[in-house]
Amino acid sequence: MSAVGRAVSGWRVPGWLRKALGLAPEGPHYAFYRHKLIVRLTHWANACILFVMLLSGLQIFNAHPALYLGAQSDFDHPVFSLTARGNDTEVTQGITQIGPWSFDTTGVLGASKVDGVMAARGFPDWATIPGPQWLAMGRQWHFAFAWLLVLNGLIFAGFAFYTRHAQRDLIPTKADLKHLPREIVDHAKLNFPKGEAAKRYNALQKLAYAFVIFVLGPLVVLTGLTMSPTMDAAFPILPWMFFGRQTARTIHFLCAFGFLGFFIVHMIMVVLSGTWNNVRSMITGRYVIEGKRPNG
Amino acid sequence: MAETRRNLLKGMLASAGALMLAACTPLSEQQWVVSALGEVENLTRRMQRLFAGHHALAPEFSKKDIAPVFRANGTLNPQTDEYAAHAAKDFADWRIEVGGLVERKLSLSMAELRAMPPRTQITRHDCVEGWSCIGEWTGAPLAPILAAAGPKPEARYVMFYCADPMGSSLSGDVPYYYESLDLLEATHPQTILAYQLNGQVLPVEHGAPVRLRAERQLGYKMAKYVQRIELVEHFSNINGGKGGYWEDQGYTWYGGI
Repeated sequence: MSAVGRAVSGWRVPGWLRKALGLAPEGPHYAFYRHKLIVRLTHWANACILFVMLLSGLQIFNAHPALYLGAQSDFDHPVFSLTARGNDTEVTQGITQIGPWSFDTTGVLGASKVDGVMAARGFPDWATIPGPQWLAMGRQWHFAFAWLLVLNGLIFAGFAFYTRHAQRDLIPTKADLKHLPREIVDHAKLNFPKGEAAKRYNALQKLAYAFVIFVLGPLVVLTGLTMSPTMDAAFPILPWMFFGRQTARTIHFLCAFGFLGFFIVHMIMVVLSGTWNNVRSMITGRYVIEGKRPNG
Repeated sequence: MAETRRNLLKGMLASAGALMLAACTPLSEQQWVVSALGEVENLTRRMQRLFAGHHALAPEFSKKDIAPVFRANGTLNPQTDEYAAHAAKDFADWRIEVGGLVERKLSLSMAELRAMPPRTQITRHDCVEGWSCIGEWTGAPLAPILAAAGPKPEARYVMFYCADPMGSSLSGDVPYYYESLDLLEATHPQTILAYQLNGQVLPVEHGAPVRLRAERQLGYKMAKYVQRIELVEHFSNINGGKGGYWEDQGYTWYGGI
């Protein structure tokens, strides 16, 4: 029985709650060592780093809240922009523009309250680091944590490839891809793998993790570097491969929201597939498997 | 039930986020945080220099890439009597003084500057705000000018003093725009004192009659309305001590990223 299970042993936890919280099942079960220490450390470090990166990135974006394609900015035709409308005395409306479409997003995007007064602001102050409009400091946070992101990423990737964790557990195989349609149906029905099958990542998990770690990760770093004029001088291939600095900036922004999207789905899946069991396995490494421990 | 769980989770996430967020703004005002972040700037500069060195050139573009309108930013007109008088005479009497830690002080007239072997480059201007504009710049490379002045061995930075006053201050001393580069960036082949944009005389909003172009740097490093160039060993005793007008407001001195 797990620690939490013992603590509430006086009260019989109903089956549905047990399942929802990810507590140890009442039937036979055993702990399985799922996440190695380096994986757990880099996971939590990454969570903190990406949090600061996203919010300081939104601060930087707010200095010129528009995205373009190509080497330079076609100011009259951004592919995405957050703008404010109003009259001489006050800002009244925030507009989000994506391609040919515009939406009224007053209060959140384009225009939001700063010290109680509606102001022109791309992302609102609760979504940026630092809170107030402060590009200089946003840049400093962003570039400091960018180093940590790269360092942490290299530690994880070095470990994952050296121990074959990446090849064994993360990069999807052909067989994984064959199971994909069935797994999508299973996930939609909230049928998660049990027993021995729960020891391995399924194809959807592998795809999601491998994509975020090995595609989005390098992409966000490279597009970030492409925005640096000195890096473009050192590596002219950077602006070439991303179709220009402004396209790189747009891809960088999409990557950031790719991370945010992953985070939201990740949180939902953590909760739906046994909150405590998942969280504990990323803290202590131990993941509880239903059923009898296999012999040998 | 799922509702309660969702709300609980949302609350937990929101409060954890709010806590971290609340910590970051006051932290940005702590001296040790500011100096730690400053150390990161040094690391970034060293690393970028390792790859870009002295000679790597910023990408150059072709005529068809030139922006129809080159966006002007910062001071659009210095609006001082002195500047207006120069502008009225098409800057015929404008001079660029080169001094400080040099063997020979120079005073270059616009005619002398234009008589030097020019360099024309079509480059991408990257503003710290995030936008970019491509333009064709013509001017005198700075390296031969500095060589003519003969930097003393202890000279490390090149200061650029400008004719545009920046707002007002309570003490009455209005700070003028200024910037600095180290000798490596100042003597880079694409670092020029530009007097033409897109084949035309440099317009007032772009820094007439002379602006600095340092193509591997962000826009704020490229001082407009340049009047005086001074070689120094360090800039801690100049104005706010950070090497430039925006640097004194908290922007990094290294503008390569």
